[in-house]
Parts: sequence; C-alpha cells; structure tokens
Amino acid sequence: MRITQGCFSFLPDLTDEQISAQIEYCLSREWAIGIEFTDDPHPRNTYWEMWGNPMFDLKDAKGVMMELDECRKLHGGKYIRINAFDDMRGFETVMMSFIVNRPAEEPRIDMVRTDVRSRSQSYSWRVAG
Amino acid sequence: MTIDAKTEIKGKERYKAGVLKYAQMGYWDGDYEPKDTDVLALFRITPQEGVDPIEAAAAVAGESSTATWTVVWTDRLTACDSYRAKAYRVDPVPGQEGQYFAYVAYDLILFEEGSIANLTASIIGNVFSFKPLKAARLEDMRFPVAYVKTFRGPPTGLVVERERLDKFGKPLLGATTKPKLGLSGKNYGRVVYEGLKGGLDFMKDDENINSQPFMHWRDRFLYCMEAVNKASAETGEIKGHYLNITAGTMEEMYRRAEFAKELGSVIVMVDLIVGWTAIQSISEWCRQNDMILHMHRAGHGTYTRQKNHGISFRVIAKWLRLAGVDHLHCGTAVGKLEGDPLTVQGYYNVCRETRNGIDLPRGLFFEQDWADLKKVMPVASGGIHAGQMHQLLDLFGDDVVLQFGGGTIGHPMGIQAGATANRVALEAMVLARNEGRDIANEGPEILRQAARWCKPLEAALDTWGNITFNYTSTDTSDFVPTPSLAM
Repeated sequence: MRITQGCFSFLPDLTDEQISAQIEYCLSREWAIGIEFTDDPHPRNTYWEMWGNPMFDLKDAKGVMMELDECRKLHGGKYIRINAFDDMRGFETVMMSFIVNRPAEEPRIDMVRTDVRSRSQSYSWRVAG
Repeated sequence: MTIDAKTEIKGKERYKAGVLKYAQMGYWDGDYEPKDTDVLALFRITPQEGVDPIEAAAAVAGESSTATWTVVWTDRLTACDSYRAKAYRVDPVPGQEGQYFAYVAYDLILFEEGSIANLTASIIGNVFSFKPLKAARLEDMRFPVAYVKTFRGPPTGLVVERERLDKFGKPLLGATTKPKLGLSGKNYGRVVYEGLKGGLDFMKDDENINSQPFMHWRDRFLYCMEAVNKASAETGEIKGHYLNITAGTMEEMYRRAEFAKELGSVIVMVDLIVGWTAIQSISEWCRQNDMILHMHRAGHGTYTRQKNHGISFRVIAKWLRLAGVDHLHCGTAVGKLEGDPLTVQGYYNVCRETRNGIDLPRGLFFEQDWADLKKVMPVASGGIHAGQMHQLLDLFGDDVVLQFGGGTIGHPMGIQAGATANRVALEAMVLARNEGRDIANEGPEILRQAARWCKPLEAALDTWGNITFNYTSTDTSDFVPTPSLAM
C-alpha cells in the first residue's frame, strides 16, 4: 500500500527536477535541508535515520541532490524524505517534509484491536513487512 | 457643549451630590498618553441625536470602569483616578455619518489575571445597553504583555500540533460529517472512515452534534475512533476526528473528554456557546492531557456580523487566543458564510502572528505583542470546494485547516473520491506555488492539469467549478474599498 505521509504523496512520484525545485523553494526561505531514511513507515515513527545533520550551510539545490543520490545508492530500497527546518523564533520546527524515495514494494500496516472493556478498544498499528 | 463640559472638575466641586457629565467626572482626557501597561479598547459608537461624541466616549469609558450615573463620595476613599478608564481619542468613522471611533485606556489594576470572564464583564458588561448610545461595537483591543503573560494560551499551538500529527508544509484538510443530524453512530463512523481514508487529515462533528436520541455520544465516539484508527492504518498517517464534547454541564464535558482520551483521540472540540469560563477550564484539561482543542465559533454571528453594534470577531479571536484554543473557525472569504477577504485575513493574523502590526485595511487598529503565546490554527469552513483551492491557498497560506464538508461528502463518485479530489487539488497547488507559479491567476489551469490524471478531481471541478458565493460582505473595513472575490 502507498504510504501517504508528507506533502506530495497524492501526486505521482516527483521527478528529480521537481524535487530540486522544491528544494530551491526551501533554500530561498533560508530553511536548512535534512535527508532522512527508514524502512519503518509506522505513523508514530518520528525519528527516521538522518543522512548526516541538516545542511545548514548549503545554499545550492545541486548539493542537496548530490547528497540525495548518495543516500539513494545505499538506501534505495527504503523510504527517503526531505525535511526543511526553520530556525525562526515562533516556529523552530520542520516547515516542509516530503517523500522522495519509496521501496519497490511498500509494507502493509495492520490495525490491532485490543479489548479494553465493554465495546471499548485500544488500537495500535503494526507494520506487517 | 462648552469646553467646561469636557474638562474634568477637580477638588471639592467634583464630589458635590448630583449629576455631572462623564467628561467632567474625569473619563475623558484628550491629552492622555496610553501607558505600555494599559489595556486599550476601540469602540465604534453611534451617539443618540444631540449627544456630543466626546461625552459619549467618556460615558463608555466610565460605564466600562468605575462610573455610575451620579457622583458618589465613596470614590474619595480610593485612588479613584487610576480606576477611571480614560477615553483619549475620538475620530469620526470615514464615510459613516454619526459614527465615531472612541479609544479608551484602562489601567492594568482593573483586571484579574488570567480571567476572560473578568475582562469581558468590564469591557462589555454594561455599556452596550447604555441609553445615550444608539449602538456600540467593540472593534479591537490591545493587551499589554504583562497581562498576556497571565494567560496560558493554546494548550497545544499550531507548531506542536503539526509535530504531533507529523504534517508540515501545506494546509491540513478536514470535513464536517453530513448530514449533521440524524445519522446513527454506525453510519456516522462510515462517513468518517471514508473521508479519512480518501485523504483528509481530520473529520469533524458539527456544532450541534452532542447526544441526541438518534446517536448517543458514546456510540459516536466508539465508531469514530474505530474509523480514525483504521484509516490511519490504511494510509500510514496520523488522523483525527474532532469529537464534540459540548454538554450541559462541565461535569458532563469532562466525562466526555476523558472517554475521548481513553479511546486515543488526538483532538476534542467545544462550541463557543459553552462560555468563557468553560472554555478556559476545558483548555486547562487539554493541556493536562496532550489534547488538541478545536473551537467552533457557534453563535458568534449574532453579535459579530453587523458593523454598528456588537463585537468584532477579531476581538473574539484575541480573547480565544488568550483563553487557550488550538483551532478556531475564522471564515473562508470565498465560501457561503459572511467574510470580506481582508477582514478575514485580519482574524488569521490575530491567530498566527507573534506580533500584529497596525493594519487598518485588515481591521487591526493596535499593535499587539503576543509575548510568545502559542499560535492558534485557523479553520476555513463553510461552502468551499476543490475549485477554489488556489484562492484559499493564496489568501491563507499553509497554516490553516481547510474544511470541505459538502465538497467532500457530496462528491458524485463518493466520499473517498471527494476527499481524494481535495487532497490532490491541494498538493498540486502547493507544489505549483513552491515552483514559483502565480497560483492566483494560473490556479484554474493547474487544477485542470491535475484533473487530467485524477478522475475524482475532474468530477469535483465539473460539479462545483462554477459555484461562487458573491454577496456583499457586511463586516468590512472602513479604510479601503472591498472587492468581492470571483473565480
């Protein structure tokens, strides 16, 4: 199943040219780009592995694309996302996040119901693999 | 009115038994320089025939602070001058004969810390029924940082909400479950599941869904949470349903809130009509329980819409940011409900900015420093559809929940398709905007392009593409001509 986390998951997968344009947009707003990857798309998996620190001093989309290529070489079978961080007071958070690489076959996520009492359920999710 | 009538009388003469003009009692001071620590209010007043506007402004200051209609000697037991609000400026309203903007300053000592109930009991307690005024409207307020700091504000705030949901860089999408009355719990949950699975982030109870004979609240909560969790598993995304916990008593509201928490809901909802103290209480509960608090502004139109009398919604938005809500319905400008685009943007700025500058076309009369109080996520809801996506994104930017109720559930191919149409329209528009395209003008073309590969969007555009609600707004700025928004 197609995981629809991130900004553009309902669009056809972005081409490198499209990814590069989005990175330009982030850099023009002085956001720092970070690349992250994982094989665990659980909705609560907040901490994907970092492909190095966010690139605070990189101002050129080409540089980011080179890093992304390197990351893909090693982790092409995993999810890879681009995050953009803003250090502005009042935000100081991720401003944009979108998936740029997916495994050829995406895992299924199962909902697990546990009886609590009466009809109440406790819900959890399990990545089926 | 002579100069004397506008000059404060001091000393022994001031306290002779009898009736004085409010200005003579010390409620008008044209030379007064508001202190940084003063609470400021701007009233639009319409004095009765023959009533001097300055005396009317002084009366507003008096009746919203210490004055009564006659002189009382007991004032002299107090440092009474500091308790008297000061009307300090009166301007005619441009283009509105007989109306005046009256600026009033209040010393900070007049207000109890952290209590909207106390604030409003003063500022709007008596003056709106005052006979010498035909009408009065509270247009705007400025709160000093010292006072802002006595409020805890939104329990979550829009930054943390996004982090909890793990959703960044585009507006959130929602829909109100329809029909709003009559569905059984099981059928209701079906609508929630379809909308969320189709691509929405949130579904929502409507303002008057509580616990009626056709659907008990516990049934609604149980079925909705089954739907939410199932849709999350199908998409890998955190999703939510605003469970409306509005009830007849606080005890019952807490009961419903606790059950929502037990079931793992990320968000609960209350209606504005529960009242200020109830709002602050439930906000406190949400802060303790990691819960996002959605506020539906039910009832506000009774006092916010008409320009000559009532309270501007920008003031309500300010009070709610202080009181502490995370989501607030602020209007759509392009949808079915009242809202001039610039005026509505003013409400959004109140919710989202760390500091509001003076912005008369958007109705902001004062500078307001929010002192790092968290930001409220505005909600645009009511008669909007996918064909307006470029306008909505252009008007409101990323930090907003766009809610398409009819525009999702009424889709000719079904609810999931309706949700997908909205999600694709949104993502295509954000992508195009970030690529530097002029979405305000190229929007319809961008949508049509996406519709070529997305059948649900094509059907949505074919069904609603030409629907607009071009009526003249009632509540508009007096400082700019206000165009209505056509496609």
